[in-house]
Amino acid sequence: MSAILQGAGAGAAAALSPFNSIDSNKLVAHSRSSLSVRSKRYIVAGSDEGTNKSFGSSSLIARRSQPLMIPNAVAATKADTASSSTPSKSGHELLLFEALQEGLEEEMDRDPHVCVMGEDVGHYGGSYKVTKGLADKFGDLRVLDTPICENAFTGMGIGAAMTGLRPVIEGMNMGFLLLAFNQISNNCGMLHYTSGGQFTIPVVIRGPGGVGRQLGAEHSQRLESYFQSIPGIQMVACSTPYNAKGLMKAAIRSENPVILFEHVLLYNLKESIPDEEYICNLEEAEMVRPGEHITILTYSRMRYHAMQAAKTLVNKGYDPEVIDIRSLKPFDLHTIGNSVKKTHRVLIVEECMRTGGIGASLTAAINENFHDYLDAPVMCLSSQDVPTPYAGTLEEWTVVQPAQIVTAVEQLCQ
Amino acid sequence: MATAFAPTKLTATLPLHGSQENRLLLPIRLAPHSSFLGSTRSLTAHSSRRLNHAHATRRSPPVVGVQEVVKEKKSINSLLITKEEGLVLYEDMILGRSFEDMCAQMYYRGKMFGFVHLYNGQEAVSTGFIKLLTKSDSVVSTYRDHVHALSKGVSARAVMSELFGKVTGCCRGQGGSMHMFSKEHNMLGGFAFIGEGIPVATGAAFSSKYRRDVLKQDCEDVTVAFFGDGTCNNGQFYECLNMAALWKLPIIFVVENNLWAIGMSHLRATSDPEIWKKGPAFGMPGVHVDGMDVLKVREVAKEAVTRARRGEGPTLVECETYRFRGHSLADPDELRDAAEKAKYAARDPIAALKKYLIENNLAKEAELKSIEKKIDELVEEAVEFADASPQPGRSQLLENVFADPKGFGIGPDGRYRCEDPKFTEGTAQV
Repeated sequence: MSAILQGAGAGAAAALSPFNSIDSNKLVAHSRSSLSVRSKRYIVAGSDEGTNKSFGSSSLIARRSQPLMIPNAVAATKADTASSSTPSKSGHELLLFEALQEGLEEEMDRDPHVCVMGEDVGHYGGSYKVTKGLADKFGDLRVLDTPICENAFTGMGIGAAMTGLRPVIEGMNMGFLLLAFNQISNNCGMLHYTSGGQFTIPVVIRGPGGVGRQLGAEHSQRLESYFQSIPGIQMVACSTPYNAKGLMKAAIRSENPVILFEHVLLYNLKESIPDEEYICNLEEAEMVRPGEHITILTYSRMRYHAMQAAKTLVNKGYDPEVIDIRSLKPFDLHTIGNSVKKTHRVLIVEECMRTGGIGASLTAAINENFHDYLDAPVMCLSSQDVPTPYAGTLEEWTVVQPAQIVTAVEQLCQ
Repeated sequence: MATAFAPTKLTATLPLHGSQENRLLLPIRLAPHSSFLGSTRSLTAHSSRRLNHAHATRRSPPVVGVQEVVKEKKSINSLLITKEEGLVLYEDMILGRSFEDMCAQMYYRGKMFGFVHLYNGQEAVSTGFIKLLTKSDSVVSTYRDHVHALSKGVSARAVMSELFGKVTGCCRGQGGSMHMFSKEHNMLGGFAFIGEGIPVATGAAFSSKYRRDVLKQDCEDVTVAFFGDGTCNNGQFYECLNMAALWKLPIIFVVENNLWAIGMSHLRATSDPEIWKKGPAFGMPGVHVDGMDVLKVREVAKEAVTRARRGEGPTLVECETYRFRGHSLADPDELRDAAEKAKYAARDPIAALKKYLIENNLAKEAELKSIEKKIDELVEEAVEFADASPQPGRSQLLENVFADPKGFGIGPDGRYRCEDPKFTEGTAQV
């Protein structure tokens, strides 16, 4: 975890280039020693739940017995996978898309009902190589190359889930899933309810979204804002190889339909992840950088912009707390709330559109629940309400950049 | 109003293309003797009509009407059904009819609300297909789903309670008229938007194939998807025809062509109104059958189901049928021509079966009357049961939204919202 943060810092320094954006290829895990320093800190913070065995899913119990501070999915898992004071032993380094693949493959090995369906997932190995090699291993039916009919094959996945399988449905680009909106909303989200609980839909719908490098308006969409109102689904966004694998596994094991948002620009992030099996909690947020002055809530790629800004802010004397909310629906109001209660200032940094995005909902939720703890209005930095332009300069201005985050923090902390 | 759509009463077998380039497209091997009804081999054409098949590799096959087949079988002194089968079919159709009539009554008495779509007149399709299925076969329907659920085995009580919105309904009152589901009977719904059930049915068929080919289980389950003529202009239909034929999924696509999509005549909405023809375009047989005759439907269904069970893939069956009532109970039904209605009323499937049973000495009038009486009592009892059942309490509000209620997330106090005692009361903030 810390490796990535350090990497983000390094990447930030290197990337104070004209376009001021992170070249994700530069984000590389640092040596194990830095990992251990950070993880020791986390483990101390989470030591109250030292006996939490199940990676957060039974943290129901841990939470109650625990005093104030943040129950930390990261700490919980680290406390479990390693002995309390030594870093996780070997670990192996891989890229984010490989982490997704590893998680998927492990779940497919574990349960023969898990299958994959999508365009070019089989013989082609997936447009972003997430399913590379799986068709050779599991066959053409378990890793199904579908024709180009999102609505129908998403519905087919839902029908298969109702009858006992556990499909992982890939949208080649999340934007294509707009064509599957009917199935995702009506059947995926609602069918468990309208059937009176008789049928479960344990599907995972996943794919890359977000603004890439000049991919054009239609390939740069953020569907989390469109899907967030659908009752009955959960949405998570991964941002590091560690949580990508953990969330993939958790999503597959969940009995609920889960939409896993990946980001086109994050697939080549490299990190060292544990060799042991682990999953991440679907409903929990991730503490990226604890701090005192201000809470920065973010997810997916904006996490890296936030961390880049954090580096600058630290140099200027600020101490921002950065939380990767990870669970876009439902929000982890406990982690978020604890942070607000500590810092009293909130800045949301997201890639969604300004109107009706995740940030808009989060602002409402924070105002509703933690109004008394705020010393300043919640500020939300989102993308412009503009179709993402092709031109590089224009595209850069539609998305939140680290400099804007720095300015916003300075403004909030006056 | 155009009633010019004179159904051709033809069945056609569409052989797959001669050139089998795609190795997945295996030619359909028709069993020599018990051949597919439309097969040209064993049946001699009586009054055949020639259809031009653009892609037929043989000379245009003579096309034989299904009623000729039926007559032929009768003439060699073998009946299409036994007495037991006949009574089962009759009872099922009477159940469908009585139930729907009772729904209308209850609706107008304010016991059920919203959109209620009745199946009167189409019973032959539901009975003809579903009575051939086993419990583990799946059925997927549309909003006109009460009778499909009943034919599949869901009790009249459960369906009526669901319509009344009571907890004892098959979906605990949460689904309503358009969402009849039953896990026990593999009734996979009940869908409000047309076409959205077809991919679900395709998925159920995929599951079947997956169990057989990947999990190596003994699975012969088929799925029957019912939908209407209006749906056949919808993209999901075509996408699923393609996938089903591509992977030879064990599914039967049944079009209940009742010529009307609310007030839109099939002829005004469709460039080529002969829906059965769309099957061969995707590489599956397309069959047209008289959907007002349960025996004909059953014969076609037998073939289609057997095909699917043998792993030979999907079939598209177009049943020409008619709904005696309006689209829903809110539809004044003013657009349809009285003459058209009268024409189909004269072909009432229940009356037709009754006539067949009596003329062929399979049943006596008295037996049939006693079935009718039994069903009347069953339906009355279902209403009483539904009336007496409780309405859902507030506590039910938040249940079943998620299979795993942790999906409601973690509240500010650190506990999962589903642990909040108010959650089970239905008053928690989520």
